[in-house]
Amino acid sequence: MAEPSTHGVPIELRKVTKAFPGGRAPAVRELDLTIAAGEIVVLVGPSGCGKTTTMRMINRLIEPTSGDILIDGRSSRDIDPDLLRRHIGYVIQQAGLFPHMTVASNIAQVPKLLGWDRRRIAERVDELLTLVGLEPATFRDAFPRRLSGGQQQRVGVARALAADPPVLLMDEPFGALDPISRQRLQDELLRLQDDLSKTIVFVTHDIDEALKLGDHIAIMQRPGHIVQYARPAEILTNPADEYVEQFLGAGSSMRLLSLTKVGDIELDQVPYAAEDADARDVLATVERDGRGYALILDGMRRPQRWVTTAHLKGREGPVGMVGDEVSGVIGRRKTLQDALEELLNADTDVVPVTGRHQAYEGALSLATVQNAIQSIKARERERRMVRLGREEGG
Amino acid sequence: MNLWEYVEDRWDLILFETAQHASMVAQCVLVAAVLGVLVGVATYRRPRMAAFATSSAGVLFTIPSLALLGLMIPLLGLGVAPSVTAIVIYALLPILRNTVVGLRGVDPLLVDAARGIGMSRRRTLARIELPLAWPVILTGIRVSTQLAMGIGAVAAYVSGPGLGEQIFSGLARLGGANAVNATLTGTIGVAVLALLFDACYVLLGRLTAPDGPLRRLAIARSAHG
Repeated sequence: MAEPSTHGVPIELRKVTKAFPGGRAPAVRELDLTIAAGEIVVLVGPSGCGKTTTMRMINRLIEPTSGDILIDGRSSRDIDPDLLRRHIGYVIQQAGLFPHMTVASNIAQVPKLLGWDRRRIAERVDELLTLVGLEPATFRDAFPRRLSGGQQQRVGVARALAADPPVLLMDEPFGALDPISRQRLQDELLRLQDDLSKTIVFVTHDIDEALKLGDHIAIMQRPGHIVQYARPAEILTNPADEYVEQFLGAGSSMRLLSLTKVGDIELDQVPYAAEDADARDVLATVERDGRGYALILDGMRRPQRWVTTAHLKGREGPVGMVGDEVSGVIGRRKTLQDALEELLNADTDVVPVTGRHQAYEGALSLATVQNAIQSIKARERERRMVRLGREEGG
Repeated sequence: MNLWEYVEDRWDLILFETAQHASMVAQCVLVAAVLGVLVGVATYRRPRMAAFATSSAGVLFTIPSLALLGLMIPLLGLGVAPSVTAIVIYALLPILRNTVVGLRGVDPLLVDAARGIGMSRRRTLARIELPLAWPVILTGIRVSTQLAMGIGAVAAYVSGPGLGEQIFSGLARLGGANAVNATLTGTIGVAVLALLFDACYVLLGRLTAPDGPLRRLAIARSAHG
């Protein structure tokens, strides 16, 4: 069955407060948060900052003391909590699989609650196992304790997705995994999200995980409020205050490299010519440019070869097959970090950057990347000055 | 007359008393199990109530069985009624205590997961908590059964049914004909019965284990129709 999956819906928290009996300060205080449909929003902060409480109020595992939570425009108060939760996927730390049930039975719980027939459930279970990268024949009838931590959490994600809910709540789902499994599951979550476009609320205390996964990040501080709610790049370049800066810790520039795409920075332009261009014209262009080389593109504008003045001198007619073959190109969707890695390993100092259909868009050298970092830093400094000025003025 | 001749001579009576004993113990433990699990389920979430339930059952436990049986005569007279009441009271404690311990021992993470995916309280209890606590509860029932075996024998003191009759009549005329034979027959009968019951529990435990045949069957039925 290839039913189209349900896309995410918006969630809105309005002045949500939670005070636990006996607690001195409320765990969450008048929190406003608007989550766009189909986005991953990460709630991040130290333990006790109210991030888990905030998440658990969305599916009413914790009832808010005051305020309202709207899911797709409907107040969650108006929906029976058990019914509400059947339409909100829930993934917790260490997966929380029921040890006395098989993998299939674990995944089947929500569809069973919703009264699906057996055949539809069985088909859905196999479909989901495939989706999360587990072979159905091998894992269907296995008991959870035979599975590795990573495999268990895959089943946990499958269980949450079983009834195709528009919203997914994930409470430190990868916290207990080893770094390699964690990274792999993060990557797969992003891959799944590309297809599914669910609204995901993700809780973690790991800022790197937040920066990697979040479309938006809410940095929370004790007791129970949001210090900054912004896109990852914005948080890195323009942290709201010292607390956020401290929470980000060192290495913001390096993180920025992994968040910035090659296409987002100003690329170098090198002289280029088509394969059928006259060698004398190309030579003239190269000499005018002064760098002493040019890039030869094929009919589809794909980078083919580098030619230097030495290659071109004395030649007449089309440049044709002279020059050194281009050893590698960098896609514009690559992160600066990956690009840097490729630059360091490349045979030439300059590497062509390609866009759609591998067509030439520009070139990248270590100097280009360095300039980009510097301009990002300058922007960051400028913003900080503006902010300081504003604070002094206000 | 040696023991074997004694048994052969009264085979029908002994068999009858053994069956009576077994039936009494089984029924009493069943009642105690239902009561114990119900009270356990009702109290395990509230630590004070659970503590109160187990400690009050514990206090009853400290009363010597002979004394409890004796105290019941004015209330319930002689025969089956006081015997059954006493056995149920004694059998209650291990089951109640193990139910509370078993349910409280279920990983809170799993209860959270069950509630989080939309199971009601009742369904969470029936599908997650009780099945996971079951091995511990079963152990409680097993202990209760052993206890009920012994107290069932003492119940003959208030003219209760079962093998206790052999023991008490033997003890009453110690030195007389067949006194030792009667006592031995009763004692050995109770011991054999206890072993048989225990074997049943081992089997039941295997059958109902998390990946035992019964659960597998239930899972296979529910997951792939």
